[in-house]
Amino acid sequence: MRSADGSRPWTFYFFAAFFTLFVMFLYGPMTVIYILSFQGPQGGMTFPMNGFSLEWFQSLFAQKRVGEIAGAFVRSIELALVVAVITVVLSVVAGLAFRRRFRGSAFVFYLAIASLIMPGLFVGLGIALSFRLIGVDTRWYTSGLGAQLTWTLPFGLLIMFAVLGRFNRAYEEAATDLGATSWQRVREVTLPILLPGIIGVTLFGLTLSYDELARTALGVGSQNTLPLEIWAMTTTITSPALYAVGAVTTAVSFVVIITALTAIALIQRRRARIVQE
Amino acid sequence: MVQATGSGEVAILGVTKRFGPTTAVENLDLTIPHGSYCCLLGPSGCGKTTILRMIAGHEKPTAGDIRIGGQSVLGLPQIQRGTAMMFQSYALFPHRSVLDNVAFALKMRGAGTADRHAKARELLTKVQLEKFADRLPAQLSGGQQQRVALARALVTDPSALLLDEPLSALDPFLRIRMREELKHFQRRLGISFIHVTHSQDEALALADLVIVMNAGRIEQLAPARTVFDQPGTAFVARFIGGHNVFACTVEAADGAGARLRGPHGIAIATARRGLTPGSAIHVALRTDRIRIKRAAQRLMAVGAGGGIDMPRGSLPSRVAAVEYQGAVVKLRLEADWGGELTVTQPDQSFYVAPVAEGDIVAIEWDDSDVHIVG
Repeated sequence: MRSADGSRPWTFYFFAAFFTLFVMFLYGPMTVIYILSFQGPQGGMTFPMNGFSLEWFQSLFAQKRVGEIAGAFVRSIELALVVAVITVVLSVVAGLAFRRRFRGSAFVFYLAIASLIMPGLFVGLGIALSFRLIGVDTRWYTSGLGAQLTWTLPFGLLIMFAVLGRFNRAYEEAATDLGATSWQRVREVTLPILLPGIIGVTLFGLTLSYDELARTALGVGSQNTLPLEIWAMTTTITSPALYAVGAVTTAVSFVVIITALTAIALIQRRRARIVQE
Repeated sequence: MVQATGSGEVAILGVTKRFGPTTAVENLDLTIPHGSYCCLLGPSGCGKTTILRMIAGHEKPTAGDIRIGGQSVLGLPQIQRGTAMMFQSYALFPHRSVLDNVAFALKMRGAGTADRHAKARELLTKVQLEKFADRLPAQLSGGQQQRVALARALVTDPSALLLDEPLSALDPFLRIRMREELKHFQRRLGISFIHVTHSQDEALALADLVIVMNAGRIEQLAPARTVFDQPGTAFVARFIGGHNVFACTVEAADGAGARLRGPHGIAIATARRGLTPGSAIHVALRTDRIRIKRAAQRLMAVGAGGGIDMPRGSLPSRVAAVEYQGAVVKLRLEADWGGELTVTQPDQSFYVAPVAEGDIVAIEWDDSDVHIVG
C-alpha cells in the first residue's frame, strides 16, 4: 500500500529487509551447496572452485567411497511411500469419522494432536526403549515406521480437518438424494471432491517422512534412512560428495512437491474455469 | 422403485422434531395437495427447512408420520420416496460435467452410459442447456446452474420437488427471472413444488399455497392473496409486510360491527361482527389503505374516557420520514398518541400534495379496511 504522496511506510522497508534476510538464509547456503557439488576432481569442500565435474555425483553410486548412500536412499523412498499411504488412508478415514462428533471425540483428537508438541527425540527414544523392553529388534520398517507415523498422522489429521471444514455436506446429501449408496457416495462424490486435499496429505506424509531425523534416529535399527546417513556422513566424509548427496536429495523433494502442487493446481483450475464465451 | 406416476400429495401428521433440547417443529399437521406450488415461508429458525428435510428424508421426525401419495415414508431411503431435492447452493458436483451431473441418479441405479446420457440430454433440452452438456458447473452462470440442478432433480421423475431457498444464491434481477421459470416448470410438469423461502415477495409471487411458519408452528396456511389481504395472525401481518398492526381491546360490539380501543386510547371502528366485548385482539391495517390529509391545525378532541376520539378514524400525526421508493412513497408517521404508523402512497397521488418531514397531517381509513387478525 502506498500513501497518498506515493511514498511507502517504514514498515514496508522493515519487512522487505527481513524477507531478504529470510531468503538469504534459506536459499543462500543451499545455492552454495549446489555449486560446490559440481566441484572439480581435485577441489576441496570450500571455495574456490577447482574446475567443474560430475565426479562427486558419480561417486555416490560407488559403494566404497561414500558407504551406504544408495541403500539409504532407496530405504528412505520406500519408507516415505509406506508412511504416505498409511497417513493418507488413516487421516481421510479419521477426518470423515470426526465429522460425526462422537462421544469423546475431542479427547481422542487432542490425544492424537499432542504428539506434535512432544519433543521428537524423546518419542524416538521411548519407542527404542520399549522395543528393547519387549525384546524386539528395532528396524526401520517397524519401530522406524511407527516413530514416523507419530509425526505424520497428526499432521494429516489436521490437514483433513481444514479440508473438511470447507467441504459442503450438501454434496453428500445430494448424492444420497439421487440414490447413491453410502459407498457410491464416498467413491463418486466425497473422495473426488476432496482429492486436492488428499493429495496434500500424501505430499505431507512423503516429505515429512523423507527428511525426518529426530524420531527416526534412535528407533531405526541397524540400517539408516537417508537423513541419518547424511548426518553420519557429515562427521566422516570430507569430500564434496556430501554436497552431491545434498543436491540429489533436495532435487527429489522438489520433484515430489512440484508434482503434487501441479496436480492440485490442475484439478482446481479444471473446476474453477470461468465461463469463456 | 420410483413412484413416477404416484400422487405427490404430501401429508405431515403430528410431526415433532427436536434437536437435543431445542424443538424445531412442534406437533405439526399439514397436507400439501398434489400438483400445487407450495411455499413454506418464515424467518430463519422457524422450522421450515427442517420440514423440507424431513420430507426428503435427510432428517427423521422425533414423532409423527410423513406420507407421500398416501404411504408412510418413514424409514424409506430418500430415493424411494418419490421426492427430489434442490439444494440451496445447488450442490452440483464440481468434478462432473453438466451431463454427468444430470445423469448421476441413473448411474447410481446402474443404467448404461448410452441410456443415461440419452435421458440426461433429454432433460437438458427441457431446461434449454443441451449446448452446455460438456461444461463443468463452475463454467456456468448462476441461473444456468440452477437449471442444471433442476434437471438433475427431475431425472428421477419425482412426484414432488423440494426446493431449499433455491433463489437465494442469485442476484436480484436473476432471482425474479428464475422464479418465473420455476413457476413455469411447475405448471408444465404438474408435480408439487415445495419451496422453502424467507422472502415474502417470492412466496406471494410463486405459491398457490403459502404456509407461514413461526417457531416451529404454522401461523397461517392459505392462498397467497389471502395471506396478504387477510393475514391470520399478528405475526403474519408483521412478517408479510405492508401492514400496521395494533393491539386493541373490544369495547362494544353490535350488529353493524365493533368499537375497539387501541394503544394509547385511540378509538378504532371495524365492520367485523361477532367480536366479544372485553377481549384482546390485534388489528392489521394495510399501509396502502391509509389516506393522508394535510392538516392546518390539530383535529384532536379528548373524549370522556380520557382517550382520543376522532371523527371516523382520522388521526393527527407528524411525518417522521419520507422515503421515495419509485412506484410508491413510504411515510413513517409518529402519531400524537405516541404510536407509529407506516403509510405507502402511489407516487402519483403523493406528488399531487406532497408532505415533508415534520409536517402535521391527518390520516384516515375506512372501517372496512380494519382487519382483525386475532
